[in-house]
Amino acid sequence: MKLLKTNRRDFLKKSGQLLIGFQLFPLLNCTTKEDELHAIYNGIPERPHLGRELIDSWIRLDSEGHVTVLTGKKELGQGIRTALIQIAADELQVDINRCHIINGDTGQTANEGYTAGSNSIEGSGKAIRQAAAEAKFFLVQLASERLDVPLESLTIKDGSIYAADNRQVSYWELLDGQYYKRHITGNAPILEPAQHQYVGKPIPREDIRQLVQGKAHFVHDLSFPDMVHARVLHPPSYGAQLEELKKDKITALPGISDVLVDGNFVAVIAEREYQAVKAWEKMKVIAVWEKPSIETMPSQLFSDMRKHAQKPEVIRTDPKTISSISNAELRLKASYQKPYHMHASAGPSCALAKWTEEGLTVWSPTQGVYPLRATLSDLFSLDPEKIRCIGVPGSGCYGHNGADDVSAEAAIIAQKYPNKTIRLQWMREDEHQWEPYGSAMILDLEAGISADGYLQAMESNLWSDTHSTRPNGQAGHFVSARHLEKSIPFNKRGFSGGAYRNAIPLYIVPHYNLYLHNYEGPLRTSALRGLGAYANIFALESFIDELASLAGLDPFVFRIQNLQDPRAIAVLEELRDKTNWASRNSQENKGYGIAFSQYKNSAAYFAVLAEVELSSDKKSYTLQKLTGVIDAGQCINPDGLINQTEGGMIQSASWTMMEAVSYDENGILSRDWNSYPIISSKDIPVVEVQIINRPELPPLGAGEAAQGPVAAAIANAVFDCTGTRVRELPIKI
Amino acid sequence: MNKSIELHINGERKLLEADPEEPLLYILRNDFALKGPKFGCGLHQCGSCMVLSNGEASYTCRIPCATFEGKKIQTIEGLSQNGKTHPIQEAFFDVQAAQCGYCVNGMIIAALALIKDVPKPSEKEIKEALSKVICRCGTHSRFVDVVKKFTSTT
Repeated sequence: MKLLKTNRRDFLKKSGQLLIGFQLFPLLNCTTKEDELHAIYNGIPERPHLGRELIDSWIRLDSEGHVTVLTGKKELGQGIRTALIQIAADELQVDINRCHIINGDTGQTANEGYTAGSNSIEGSGKAIRQAAAEAKFFLVQLASERLDVPLESLTIKDGSIYAADNRQVSYWELLDGQYYKRHITGNAPILEPAQHQYVGKPIPREDIRQLVQGKAHFVHDLSFPDMVHARVLHPPSYGAQLEELKKDKITALPGISDVLVDGNFVAVIAEREYQAVKAWEKMKVIAVWEKPSIETMPSQLFSDMRKHAQKPEVIRTDPKTISSISNAELRLKASYQKPYHMHASAGPSCALAKWTEEGLTVWSPTQGVYPLRATLSDLFSLDPEKIRCIGVPGSGCYGHNGADDVSAEAAIIAQKYPNKTIRLQWMREDEHQWEPYGSAMILDLEAGISADGYLQAMESNLWSDTHSTRPNGQAGHFVSARHLEKSIPFNKRGFSGGAYRNAIPLYIVPHYNLYLHNYEGPLRTSALRGLGAYANIFALESFIDELASLAGLDPFVFRIQNLQDPRAIAVLEELRDKTNWASRNSQENKGYGIAFSQYKNSAAYFAVLAEVELSSDKKSYTLQKLTGVIDAGQCINPDGLINQTEGGMIQSASWTMMEAVSYDENGILSRDWNSYPIISSKDIPVVEVQIINRPELPPLGAGEAAQGPVAAAIANAVFDCTGTRVRELPIKI
Repeated sequence: MNKSIELHINGERKLLEADPEEPLLYILRNDFALKGPKFGCGLHQCGSCMVLSNGEASYTCRIPCATFEGKKIQTIEGLSQNGKTHPIQEAFFDVQAAQCGYCVNGMIIAALALIKDVPKPSEKEIKEALSKVICRCGTHSRFVDVVKKFTSTT
């Protein structure tokens, strides 16, 4: 794929304002609905994105009857391609098989920032729906003129517009290959949910068909004729300095094209991938590093957090909180802890890059192609127009993993070794050691309730490192930028608000204080699925359960009586009914726990019941079953929503029961799957998910809804059968 | 140090000059464009690189290619016959058993190796067999479900 040489205006002039037309251009990151479509249709002509307000920034129609949907959001395994195609096909009233989608490419799609925070459907889905409605509205007006009948008398079926007398004209005939520059006005009517043909149905993800056949799908699978293979020798620990590397010992190995050493950044390039791996192994042995020690050991971590955090940031304060707690009839105070967790992607991060006189192209698994481009621009002091970032699916990332770092490293290597496509893949230990983890946290909660179980006042104190160090334009956020000779230092620029995500209860609390104690921890941290919400909901929903016990109330009753939001109450009531809570098995070795949250207090509502079983010696427990109820507003694809939610439940169960990043003074000890075990098929619970669909309401982000509640539900279930409250993760008994 | 290697991959005889120590995975992916098997850990811990070798699930990320001489190697791409996908691939699609899909190769290979020895496996046997493969998205319940459905109907 070539970089666009011309600037946008020239490009448009030369191409005659093209949009609609049929040319054969290879498109890398585009999936088609059907194989046949793929074979005959290689995509619309590439064209730079020209602004969010234009219809064709989101929806393009060609003269052959194909529809191209464009989104700045990335497919991360969450099924966004299919869901967005469903929305577009419905609103445009075309057969879904006409549609394909292009995700995240700075050469083509809108800048939609990061694919994060569960807001792709809420954000991109809304934009695509509006654009499709506008496109259709415009076409119907054309048809009304062409057929000389009033607008209201027209009906649409699969892109053909019919008059009452059955005369018809299709979208493609109306467009006739011409470009119409039309803006999104906001005036086009949106279909009623009852008119939807695809939204709300479990349309299968066609990309799964490719996956089960082992077809090339991932950035790892890209291949170019001029491709060479690279590996980076990362320092053995944070801040290590390279003292010696005998390059000639490496260049003497077969197939080695170059060994690059720039400060503490070391990379090897080879003709064959295995030659690069062998060289990497050898470099690991012969490189001599000076290693600084990590000072705060795991045993001191939580006490150090309390001791060395910054002056607390006041998030919420109410002068009556403390006195209300003191005066309450029942009071409770508890402290919770969560260790560092890792994303631990199944496939190590991988990216391709090519540097030519025209500029830089990077094929990346990033969650945000535009932020990546901005950061590469900062790193190389290169005009962003000379950089193209093409998003290609990576292994599931669940937040800010190594995807951006590997992209930057591939680009650094490409700059030093131009005119070849560099393929850089991390080794397993690179991924485990160098990805930014989800921060360890402490959560102190204190509350007062009335004797009849109503919350009176509450105070939360949180200790956490930042939950976002995404490289949003600042090169120092790429880990290897710090390792270069001309080191670009990492500047955290404050702590992210992600730490107190979901700390503020959705429950009615008349007086509430929230203080955030920002802490500079020993390990690299950034966004992991749910950010602070995971630990905050774990703590809050464990605490709420304990308050319910204190008030002598059933945990459903206590929650429901302290909630006002009817949708929150509905998921809890549905869960209670569905699981026959009242007649649950009361055997001594069985434990049941529930938890609830509305993610971010603004996205999907989720309630979950966990069932655990104690071993006969009472020294261990197993998670038997998780039952969840989710309300994500209008459900676009129920099977997709269930798949995401089941996955979130199992992943959270793994975090909650098994996971903690281990390290010592010499560095990270969790370097592979043996030293960082995660849940496997033999330990999974039965999972069930029920959807409360609300087609009349806007869709809500759902991808992270399960993470926090599952942790608390398991903790509450463990308490139910052991009698001991859980204060620390992972849950060991 | 390269030598002639003869491999049988997906029913075809393949001759190549290669470092006999080079693990099979790199040869499959880079020389024969068989991208189904994946590099996951390079340590025989995650199963994403697995292929069928004489019908048994075998790691490929460390085992030298020369070790596979004389064995029948079948990759996920080789499961389709005469343009028709293997019924287990259809079953995975029908159940929509994937999220990111990086582990799907390993899951399908592990399932086929199990079914060869135990055509009607118990749920416990299915779970044991699939535990060879690391999945981070939490799609396990669907993988277990699809193998259960597949083995109870065929």
